[in-house]
Amino acid sequence: MRTLTDDEVAIGSVLPELSIELTPTVVVSTALATMDFTPVHHDVEGARAQGSKDIFLNILTTMGLVERYVTDWAGPEAVIRRINVKLGVPAYAGDRLSFNGTIVSRSETDYTVEVRGKVSLGDHATGTVTFSLPES
Amino acid sequence: MTSDELLELADKQIAMGELRGSPSDDPVNAPMIRHWLDAMGNRNPLFLDKGLAPPSMAQVWTMSGVKRGKDPSPVDDLLKALDAHGYTGVVATNCEHTYHRYVRVGERLTPGTRFTSLAGPKKTAMGEGYFATWNVTWYDEDSEPVAEMMFRVLKFRPRVRREPYPLKPAVNRDTAFFWEGVRQGELRIQRCSSCGSLRHPPGPVCPSCHSTEQGYVVACGEGTVYSYVVHHHPPVPGKETPFVVAVVELPEGVRIVGNIVDCPVEAVGIGMSLRVTYRPMDDELILPMWAPRET
Repeated sequence: MRTLTDDEVAIGSVLPELSIELTPTVVVSTALATMDFTPVHHDVEGARAQGSKDIFLNILTTMGLVERYVTDWAGPEAVIRRINVKLGVPAYAGDRLSFNGTIVSRSETDYTVEVRGKVSLGDHATGTVTFSLPES
Repeated sequence: MTSDELLELADKQIAMGELRGSPSDDPVNAPMIRHWLDAMGNRNPLFLDKGLAPPSMAQVWTMSGVKRGKDPSPVDDLLKALDAHGYTGVVATNCEHTYHRYVRVGERLTPGTRFTSLAGPKKTAMGEGYFATWNVTWYDEDSEPVAEMMFRVLKFRPRVRREPYPLKPAVNRDTAFFWEGVRQGELRIQRCSSCGSLRHPPGPVCPSCHSTEQGYVVACGEGTVYSYVVHHHPPVPGKETPFVVAVVELPEGVRIVGNIVDCPVEAVGIGMSLRVTYRPMDDELILPMWAPRET
């Protein structure tokens, strides 16, 4: 994994799509890795009893996947400053979560990338990630 | 409690300022980082190589676990009050993280929570509700903030789903325009596009000129009772007896069958002036019915 340099990033730069198959294993393992034991994230019957069609991704995981989406592309030395996410439809087990992103602004030190994570029902998470790159 | 009282409680919770929770049970540690990276499919080597925690793990360090009690927070009383007032639904709408620095393995974080705003009641797609916002700051052992989170939820009054009405109109190519009109609050009457005559109920061919070209006009919504029956027996699914079924004569020149509502059955009579009214029968179906016209 290589970290991008300043001259490789510009406003309008498009991030490659990241598409994640949301198997029950992904939903459950991420819920537990984020210490979130709310039944709707691991108990199918519990989730259905409260009106959801299946178990679904927890928010701590959504934030973690948004971070991963940006650093998969920008590289390990990119420093994440902010992640702002507007939450939309649930990301159910059995669905697929696909991230797209574009660099929309830059300041002296930081870049902002607009991120959209879609599932079959619509936008699961939309928002921005602000990061900086090490000085080259 | 009224909405004013909810907002007053919110002001009280805001005035409490930040409540510090207990320090995390475990310091930031490599096994939890490794487990998290693995589950996320995150292959970024930085964290384990340099002994740093992924920034979006901030909240993970102070999660309360399976059975342990939660630290008191200024948020709890407000969420309980919202539940008690019927706003029992909850959906998170925003999560915003700011990272002041990446934390290192061995550090122990302490959360501080403050309630920041309550906005509502507002009409939303989920139902009427309040947006509740709070902020959590994670501090290091020197009480310096390392990460912050703004979190917003919508607490809403779940819509009660009505039982589906058992009698559904047959909607087909000839009648779809009529039911589309009902949804929009229009009483549409089929009109032959060739000779201009009106007909109801709708059909594929004009009885006057045999044309299949068709359009519609929007009726003014008034009518008079041409004929009626009071139905007492047998029972009809979805209806309470007795009810009135009337043939209503429209000033446009056609007659239409419908129920007369908002009127005792014995007050109905031939020639009575009526006005159309649109009644939701369940979450999807609206039927046009007739009520006495106010004079």
